[in-house]
Amino acid sequence: MKKLLTGNEAIARGAWEAGVKYASAYPGTPSTEILENTALYKEDILAEWAPNEKVAIEAVIGASLAGVRTFAAMKHVGVNVAADPLFTFSYIGVNGGMVLISADEPGYHSSQNEQDNRNYAKFSKIPMFEPSDSQESKDMMKQAFRISEAYNTPVLLRMTTRVCHSKSIVECSEREEAGIKEYKKNPEIYAVPSRVGAMRVKVEERLIKLKEFSETTDLNYIEWNDTSVGVIASGACYRFAREVFGDNVSYLKLGFTNPLPNNKISEFCSKVRKVYIIEENDPYIEEHVRILGFDCLGKNFFPYTGEMTPDVIRKTVYGQTNETIDYDNSKVVPRPPTLCAGCPHRGIFVELGKKKNVVISGDIGCYGLGHAEPYNIGDWCVCMGASFSAGHGAQQAFNMKKDSNTRVVSMLGDSTFFHTGINSLLHVLYNGSNTINVILDNRITGMTGHQENPGTGYTLQGKKTKEVDIERLVRGMGVDNVVVINPNDLTAVKNAFDWAFSLDEPSVIITRWPCVLKKLSTEDNEEFRGVFKSKCRIDHEKCIGCRACIRTGCPAISFDKAIKKSSINPDPCVGCEVCLQVCPVKAIGKVEA
Amino acid sequence: MIKSILLVGVGGQGTILASKLLTTGLMEAGYDVKMSEIHGMSQRGGSVSSQVRYGKIVESPVIELGGADILISFEKMEALRWLKYLKPSGRAIVNDFEIQSAPILSGKFDYPEGIVEELSNKIPTIMVNAAEQAEKIGNMKVMNIILLGATIKAMGLQDINWEKIIRDSVKENFVHINLKAIEVGMSLV
Repeated sequence: MKKLLTGNEAIARGAWEAGVKYASAYPGTPSTEILENTALYKEDILAEWAPNEKVAIEAVIGASLAGVRTFAAMKHVGVNVAADPLFTFSYIGVNGGMVLISADEPGYHSSQNEQDNRNYAKFSKIPMFEPSDSQESKDMMKQAFRISEAYNTPVLLRMTTRVCHSKSIVECSEREEAGIKEYKKNPEIYAVPSRVGAMRVKVEERLIKLKEFSETTDLNYIEWNDTSVGVIASGACYRFAREVFGDNVSYLKLGFTNPLPNNKISEFCSKVRKVYIIEENDPYIEEHVRILGFDCLGKNFFPYTGEMTPDVIRKTVYGQTNETIDYDNSKVVPRPPTLCAGCPHRGIFVELGKKKNVVISGDIGCYGLGHAEPYNIGDWCVCMGASFSAGHGAQQAFNMKKDSNTRVVSMLGDSTFFHTGINSLLHVLYNGSNTINVILDNRITGMTGHQENPGTGYTLQGKKTKEVDIERLVRGMGVDNVVVINPNDLTAVKNAFDWAFSLDEPSVIITRWPCVLKKLSTEDNEEFRGVFKSKCRIDHEKCIGCRACIRTGCPAISFDKAIKKSSINPDPCVGCEVCLQVCPVKAIGKVEA
Repeated sequence: MIKSILLVGVGGQGTILASKLLTTGLMEAGYDVKMSEIHGMSQRGGSVSSQVRYGKIVESPVIELGGADILISFEKMEALRWLKYLKPSGRAIVNDFEIQSAPILSGKFDYPEGIVEELSNKIPTIMVNAAEQAEKIGNMKVMNIILLGATIKAMGLQDINWEKIIRDSVKENFVHINLKAIEVGMSLV
């Protein structure tokens, strides 16, 4: 049966066909849909969102040791969080097969960096697969489980955005039940210093065996054409290269990339006159080719950053892209992403913008959009959960200056708080800085497209569960200064900030209002009665054209320069009333639906 | 011969559903098909694109600069933003529909004038009024399907069994209105 699948859908299909029984992940572009699609196989696979990637991979490690086939999926930076258990699990080895899927982002479409996670396979000494399209994603997923079990090792399956989010045709098959392997107690896998020596040796022995596999597997193959130019590539880059060169050059296509096949590379490089290494991010293959003693054109020729899409290859090799149309581009106005009409983060930005001498420690989520126009709120953004801890360190440093009155406000969302923000808040509390810590609880994981989390009361597969009460959690940790507010109530927001700024100890402000795009649960509808059901309207008779409402950055509000009046588009407006509260002449009123 | 169709618009306009139906139809017609999208921030009113390529064997899912045979723009200004991806011999179908971006809403910029003239000067451009047509059908949400209909006609793909694709892909209550939208879209080109 043929299906048109994205790489992410194909991975989920491959997991199901391979007999996977347990999977876990934390959402992150471009990996999110892997677990979402796996969750659809409800009868066969238990799929669970974890609070962060480290927890996800640890749960998966446990499932593997207990005897089932299992995988964890995450975006490239997520593997940094999960790296600690990964490296030791490489020593321990599997019972049921275990695959870690890393979705890398050459071109950083939705990420804070462009790191190359192929280095992790080499670093943690585990085998690696790199699919180039959806069919390969599915097939390699199945083969990865066989290799994992045959060589007693976790496996890294490395994808990139264009593999994750591109659709191509996949021939699907049926599920092969892998069952639950018997669990036998084995003291040799207990990773303590007295055992590590033996495990360490096994890891090296395993790599030697995997080298043999890399030489013989048909995942690494040569396509001989004209030998003037030979291209070595893996993943999406192989497809991009084929698009440009077709059958005019020879190829060494690498699908299994740790360990790399020395003999195959040497055979290929010695028979072609010029070698192009086409790869995104780091010179991972290139450095290996150079170690083997072959000269090549790699990062000294192709760009060191961004995607190696066909136009990039064409420009590098031939000096120009395809012919394009020359036109007046000045007519194109930017279209940056914005906070939605009714976004519960808006009220916080509006009020915080009025505070002087404030440094904002930002985090990963929709509220990152606050750093752009018209709010310009956000001094830095590092990684998940870093706002509270980086804010703490900054505040401690600012406080070292005599007479400094700089205050740090740190901000993160509910899912980011659960991810790693809790640890950061512990640091703030334990060491007692006077930072103002805001948890923007919009009742869902927003940025990645609405995933349930420990605070929503539901699991990925729709089961009702315990809802973590953020206020109780924070108070339980020992924070004395806690307030919960409706972020659309600007007076409440202002009072909360005034109160928090007056304190010389840590404080936590929790906002609680649903994301406007959230599919509301029964509980949401009870708690936020009538939410998103009304509209606001501007009375042009009263509007003085001061643009205070425009400065809230709401995409439902526009300003007509000809008549010098603001108007509200009723379609996107959900009646959050932020504009109504900032209007100095009360020109904005509420229209009940 | 590989054909490349570039569908562009603004997050929320339904380019993804339109390209999903399009690619499913192409696959059922026996073509090799690839499609690429960039997800992430698009839900928040950013510029979006779906890149569809089909033929005997398709390698890259990505349409390169100067690589599209046809540009289908769900929004007027987006057509110009993406024009550099069109082949000089290509053509454009443009929805005569404006969505103001944040810098326009705030009064910092005006919605640009003369877009249609600029497009028409450079390439064969067909303007369609999918919004008006969708309103006539009775549901603004089928604007994307009307544009899909226009694409089908422009690329000569009418022989594919679109009725089956629609029936397999949308809820029963919406089959009729979507089929009507495809028919209307085809009549516009």
